[in-house]
Amino acid sequence: MTIATAFLALLEGQPQHGYDLKRAYDQHFAGDRPLHYGQVYTTLAKLLRHGLVTVDGVGGDSGPDRKRYTITDAGVTDVQRWLDEPEKPDQYLQSDLYAKVIGALLTGRSAAAVLDVQREEHLVAMRELTRRKQAGDLADRIICDHALFHLDADLRWLEHTATLLDDLAVQVRR
Amino acid sequence: MTAGVRAEGGSMSTLLDAQGLHKAYGPTTALAGADLRVRAGEIVSVMGPSGSGKSTLLHCAAGLTRPDAGHVGYDGQELSMLDDVRRSALRRREFGFVFQFGQLVPELTALQNVALPLRLDGVSRRTAERRATGLMDRLGLADKARSRPGELSGGQQQRVAVARALVTGPRVIFADEPTGALDSVAGEQVMEMLTTAAREAGAAVVLVTHDARVAAYADRGIVVRDGRSSERMGVR
Ligand SMILES: Nc1ncnc2c1ncn2[C@@H]1O[C@H](COP(=O)(O)OP(=O)(O)O)[C@@H](O)[C@H]1O
Ligand SMILES: [Mg+2]
Repeated sequence: MTIATAFLALLEGQPQHGYDLKRAYDQHFAGDRPLHYGQVYTTLAKLLRHGLVTVDGVGGDSGPDRKRYTITDAGVTDVQRWLDEPEKPDQYLQSDLYAKVIGALLTGRSAAAVLDVQREEHLVAMRELTRRKQAGDLADRIICDHALFHLDADLRWLEHTATLLDDLAVQVRR
Repeated sequence: MTAGVRAEGGSMSTLLDAQGLHKAYGPTTALAGADLRVRAGEIVSVMGPSGSGKSTLLHCAAGLTRPDAGHVGYDGQELSMLDDVRRSALRRREFGFVFQFGQLVPELTALQNVALPLRLDGVSRRTAERRATGLMDRLGLADKARSRPGELSGGQQQRVAVARALVTGPRVIFADEPTGALDSVAGEQVMEMLTTAAREAGAAVVLVTHDARVAAYADRGIVVRDGRSSERMGVR
């Protein structure tokens, strides 16, 4: 997930100033790596250039913080595309998938649907590995099992998260 | 050509078609509009959290439980239109069942347990046991034929239960958490045997499990949540 995508999800939730965007990003998406102001404004400039956001409410003061950003229809389409597309089932997708869940909750979309799409993507990979394992020798089995156990761990985390979505939604909207 | 590839072809006809199933137990809604479609020879997993309605869906689809509303069509006939006698005859001949545990008769040998569905269907003891022996040989259970269930490990008991489910040559095997009581190695042996034998016999399998590594033995899967299935929700 890129900073730009996260900004779009936050802006779909509500129009915001750059400063608020940074704060919300740091809270939901940054982990332990908060944004620099430089990144905030280069990202917003890029989104403006691509027609994904517009600026309104420029106040008397010409400081950048006076600008309020609003998502465009094209921006909303980008958010939808991001949420519809499952992540590749690799071992370190937690942060990307977590970001998607937050993105869905922020924009009032179905986080359960995000998890359903991801579950199926994982199962497709697991079925393929199981077929390879059944056709292979003992070494193939053991190698495929390693990947299968990791994907299974992702799925357990995903099912566990699905049971916490209502609580998470309350926290995200606060 | 593997069965996995074969079952993905869209042209296979639907063998079992359960649609819009509703079922309540007193105040508890177990199914609230669930669907399940099974094509001949395909292996379908049914996943979902505990209490979501997976077992109820399996029981309704197999004609073990009558849904409050909805249809179950099997090979062109509507199960609810059959009286109890004809429905249980169809179940005996066309369906096989594997449950989590406790399904073998403790007083009978493994061979007698495997032969039991044939005996119940009026097949002579000699013929039934001859067929059961042939099947157990093919499934690698020959040396367990004379053992009683209490002398077998959990995994061996489940493999005997799989043999018993297969002995009548069913077109659909319903398996509800068949590995639920087993450790992961024994569970994989049971899945390996169940799916291989079902594919060889051309039988479809409805595999209820909460374990993704078990569900991965299927050709495709549905998810049940709050009594509704993804067959209806349109998840791939
Ligand atoms: N025979 C029964 N009597 C009363 N409640 C039942 C019965 N069977 C199932 N239920 C209830 O229906 C719901 C679905 O159960 P079940 O189909 O067994 O779910 P699963 O197999 O997914 O764990 C649960 O709330 C369960 O308690
Ligand atoms: Mg159950």
